[in-house]
This record gives sequence, structure tokens and C-alpha cells, in this order.
Amino acid sequence: MGRPGWTLWVVVVLIGDSLAGPYRPDAEPGPLETNNIEELEVPPELDGAMSDAELVPHHYPAQRAAKVAVHYLNTRHASPYSCIELNRVHKASLEDLGQAGKKYRLQISLKECVSNTDLGQCLAEVLFPGEQEQRAPQVQCSCEGLKKLNTRAEEDALFQRLNTSNSPLSGCNIPDSYGNIAPEMKPMWHLGAAAASFVMLKESNESTLYNMAQVANFTQLETENDQLRFKYHILLHDMISQEILHWKLLVAWSPAGGVSVPQADWEPKCHHCELPSAKSTPEATKPSSAS
Amino acid sequence: MDNAWRTLQKGVLYGDTGGHLLQTAGQGTKRIMESPVVAVLILVLLSGQSVTGRVLKQIVEPRNYDYTKYHPLSEITAWMKQIETENPGVVSTTIYGKSYENRDIAFLKIGLNSAENKKAIWMDCGIHAREWISPAFCQYFVKEILHTYKTDAKVEEMLKNLDFYVTPVLNVDGYTYTWKDNTTRLWRKNRSPPSTATCNCTGIDLNRNYDAVWGTFGVSTNCCSILYPGPKANSEHETRAVVDFVGARSKDILCFLTIHSYGQMILFPYGHPHIKDPNHDELTAVVKNAGQAIKAVHGMDYIVGALAEALYPAGGTSMDWARLIGIPFSFTFELRDKGEHAFELPENQIQPTCEEAYEGARSIITYVHDKTFHNITTLPNAATTLMATMWTVLLTLCLSSASLL
Repeated sequence: MGRPGWTLWVVVVLIGDSLAGPYRPDAEPGPLETNNIEELEVPPELDGAMSDAELVPHHYPAQRAAKVAVHYLNTRHASPYSCIELNRVHKASLEDLGQAGKKYRLQISLKECVSNTDLGQCLAEVLFPGEQEQRAPQVQCSCEGLKKLNTRAEEDALFQRLNTSNSPLSGCNIPDSYGNIAPEMKPMWHLGAAAASFVMLKESNESTLYNMAQVANFTQLETENDQLRFKYHILLHDMISQEILHWKLLVAWSPAGGVSVPQADWEPKCHHCELPSAKSTPEATKPSSAS
Repeated sequence: MDNAWRTLQKGVLYGDTGGHLLQTAGQGTKRIMESPVVAVLILVLLSGQSVTGRVLKQIVEPRNYDYTKYHPLSEITAWMKQIETENPGVVSTTIYGKSYENRDIAFLKIGLNSAENKKAIWMDCGIHAREWISPAFCQYFVKEILHTYKTDAKVEEMLKNLDFYVTPVLNVDGYTYTWKDNTTRLWRKNRSPPSTATCNCTGIDLNRNYDAVWGTFGVSTNCCSILYPGPKANSEHETRAVVDFVGARSKDILCFLTIHSYGQMILFPYGHPHIKDPNHDELTAVVKNAGQAIKAVHGMDYIVGALAEALYPAGGTSMDWARLIGIPFSFTFELRDKGEHAFELPENQIQPTCEEAYEGARSIITYVHDKTFHNITTLPNAATTLMATMWTVLLTLCLSSASLL
């Protein structure tokens, strides 16, 4: 090619380059794209099942099952100073066990909500029992990062303070309408959420997605067996039915013993209200008291 | 005159006694002007208006609206008037309906060189009463485009080509009810009275009341349920206000955005699990892009997808209705958070939530605008495809010119 040819070529290239979009190095993977996940050691019971139906991780079936796993983990690990939240669902599959129920296998990553730190990955198995059985979901988890949770110092300090104080602690509307939580009430809110996890776990099914909406009120009771005890009135919100459910809980806690809920009672919206009629869309059956 | 008045107001409010007046009055009168009493007297004489009255009005109706706090309906209404006054020729308010309790339902129409058949974007907030961050976002959105169109060429271009119809609070009765006391804060529906003889509860879920596969999924026939869709589609005043206005202009409305909380999601039609939008793939790309724009602001993850797949099946939503009447881009935003505070999002999260949601909304609006007015449908991460095409074309040109020369 002669010189005019080369000039034409250069001009065309320059025009083409200016018309193209701006140079953008590859963006970070979006919320839905999976990163490279190190393969975790697979526990025997989760290994090898090839008959599962693969689920889309960000669609609601996997998300609801993952939430149940998180409730389970919170019943075991949450405290006034720590709680676990779902970061992402990476993989999910569903096995239909017929009468025995539905078994979800999930690969999820978790975060610690108070400090907003990574808690690594978990392999979880969530079994929603079949319709004949009115039982809570059965959850098994194998997690790598939960040893990181250590808030023993703060818990001990709080326990000491509440155990030795002259006046029992109480509070209400946590958070308030503007979302505010007074700093001294934060641990009590987290404790309420930890206790709520027991209820949310028990009440969950494939058609629910529970969060605690508010601590309506709580009161400290007499310490018993070296455990602080509280009466809690909590509000749960179910994303699917959009219902706000009132529960009254008896909560026991100590740094050594963790959180437990000796008694839980569902408060109906109004005492003379009837249960939804048979004609309405299927809703969850009336929650029963946990023992 | 107004300038001097403003500096005096500042002085009186913030205790800087007459200092600002020195600059306007000059050195010679310095000693006289240093006395705030004298300054006030002079201004009273000049303006003939009461100082205390003016100052009190300033305190009651502050010029500087706080976008990082939640506001009751009365303050939002006053703010709308203020925005209209401060932006003549760009902003106008219109009352386009009345609620059951006879409150005004109004939008702000924002645009440069607004004309009757200009293409438009629709945004409504506060269809569910307890989702307070939603009206807060609409107010922030309005503030942001009005503050930036003079310096941001893209925003200016979009305001020239498009009108924005922004309704800060759609469910005005429900929203007012949530401000009543702590027992009403979590109300969701509107405040229509019981609609049947046999069921004695108030309120209808406005986002189940639209004529879009109405009364099928995600509803309850029990009127006490939070998901009661009404006795029939379009039964509610609030629904009909939107349907009448948007329906009449459906050919000109390019994008329908409805803002909710919580959940951190961007959703597109349909809520019916067995209906798939013909432009499903395009919508998926658009929301993925918006999700990335949101994440770039504060690192928050938003789940994106079709309503029936990502959240739950639901019939009668406003988003689905808009799509069914032909508006090609219809989206639901679920803002922060993911359940930690749920509907009671702390006020200190209003700013970051609005910042990220603004980028998400902006990315969608920009796509819709550029597709309509420039025929561009590439999204930032699709630039690599464009480049590949360009180089192929150039290579062909090169080869063909080589053979010619």
C-alpha cells in the first residue's frame, strides 16, 4: 500500500477508536456472578448425591432455604454482641424426598452483622418435613469460619452489669420509628434477635422468609441458675405473607450457656379474631407455642 | 433587598451580630451597623415587614430541607411547593387524584422545555405506608436532578428530552397513619373501610389492586390480611389515580419505576410465575447493570430478577400493570436493608441508601433514554462486544482497501 493507503488506515482506526465505548477494565463480578470458590471438604452426608435438581442461587427457593440455615446458626452462635447474616448463596440444589419432605443443599457465605466481617463459607442442608408432619425444619451445617466469633469479654461485662444492678433493665420500641437504637439498648436488641431465631427457625417453611422487625418491649426478670432472664415481646415480619407476628418469649442467657428460649407464645392479632377461612389462599397454619 | 435580608436573618439566627452587613454598608457606617438593634430597625423601616414574623417563618419553614430525615406528609407537601417555587419553568406540581380520606395525591413534573407529548419517566414512592425510605428516596431523587442538571450535561440532556413525573407519596392515607403512634408504624395498606358485610378490617394492599392478573397469586381473600387485593381490580382511589394518568399517556411513558422497601432488590415483570416478559433478556441485562452501579457506591448487594423468581409470585402489582399496557421498562426497587432494621431503617442510612439507589435508577433511566433518543443499547460491560465488531469492520476495510490499492 502506498502512503495514502496508510493514512486512510490510520484515520479509519482513529475514528473507530473514538466511536467505541470508553476503556473499562473488567468490572468486578456482579452480585450474581460466582467467584472462584475454594472447594470445601464435603461432609459424607452431602457428598455424591447426583439426583438433585440444581437451583438458581438468587431465586427465592434457595434464598428461603438459606435463611432457615442462618436462623439455625443464630440459635447456636448469636449473642448480645454477635449475629450471623447471609452474604450470598453460591450453589443450591433440591432433592424431593416425597413424603419425607424436601431437602435443600446449599453452599452459602456468611457475614457477622455487628462487626460486618466475613465469616467464610458453609455447606448447609435444610430439610423441610412433608405436609403430614408439623415439625420444624431440620438443619445441618458445616462451617469454616464460625470459630472467629469471640465476644466473650463484652458478654461477661454485660452479664456482670445486669446481674449485679439494683434495678431490672427494660426497654421498648427497639428500634423506634426512625430506626434509632440507643447504644445501651443495642445488645438487648441483638439478644432479642438471637431469641427470635429460635421461633423463626421453628416456624419456617418453604413459603416463609422471616426477619425480626422490632423488639416491642423487654423486661429483665430474676436471675435463675446463673442465667439472666428476660421477658421479650418481639415482632416478626414474614416477607412472603407480609404479616407482622407478635411473639412473647421467655429468654435465658449467660456468656457460658448462650441464649435459650424456655417459653414462646404467639400473640394473635386480636383475641376475638377468627383464623383465616378455608377459601383464602393457603397460609401457614396457626403457630403453636414452643416448649 | 432580599440579599441583605438573608444576611440579617443569618446574623440573627446564628448570633453573628450584623457582621455581614458591614460588607454591604461600608466602612463609614461601621460603628452604627455593629449594633444589631439598629440594623433590625433599619430593615423593618425599609421593608415595612415584621422582623419577628419573618424570622419565625424561617424557623418553621426552613429553606434548607433536611433530606437525611424522615418527614411527615405535611412537610413533604410544603417541600413540594417549595421545590416548585424555587424552580420556575422546570418544576410544576399537579394533583392527579384524591385518597379515600380525601387527601391530595400529587406529583412533581420536572423537565426543561416541557411540552404536552414529551416522552416521560414515571416514578412513585410510598405505595406501601410503612416503607418510609421510599418517599425519602423520591425527595432525594428530585433534589439531585435539580441540583445537577446545570453542571451535568447528561442530566441536562435527559431533562430536555424527558419529563419526570415523581410522586413522593402515593399512599397518603396509609403514610399519615404510620406517623400516628408506635402501634401504627408498621401499617402497609391504604385506609379504605371494610368493603364487605362479612369482613371487618380496614385497608387494601395497593400493590395487589392493579388490573394485572389480579387476585391470583400472593393475595388473600381475607380482608384482614395484609395482602388483601380489594373486592376487585382498580377498586381503590389511589389505584385509579395512577391508572387514569399513566394509562392516558402510556405511549409517551418510557419507564415506570415504583419504589419499595425492604430487601435490596431490583425486580422486573412478571409476578405471575408462568408469564415471561418478551424482553426478559434485555431487562435482565439492564437490572444487572443497575445492580453493579449500586454496588459501586457503597458495596451493597442487590438481588436482581423477575418478581416471580427473585421474591415471590404476586398478581395485581403496579409494575405488572404498567408492563401490560405497553410501557416497555417497568421496575420495582426494594431499597435497604435486608431485615436487620426492616421497615425502620435508621435515618443515618437515608443518605447512603439514596445515593446508591440514585445510581441504580440513573443507570436504568440513562439506558432507556439512550435507546430511545440515540438508538444505543449497549451497556458498559457490553463494550467489549462493540469493540470486537468495530475491529472486524476495520479489518475488512483494510483488507478490501489493500486489494484496491
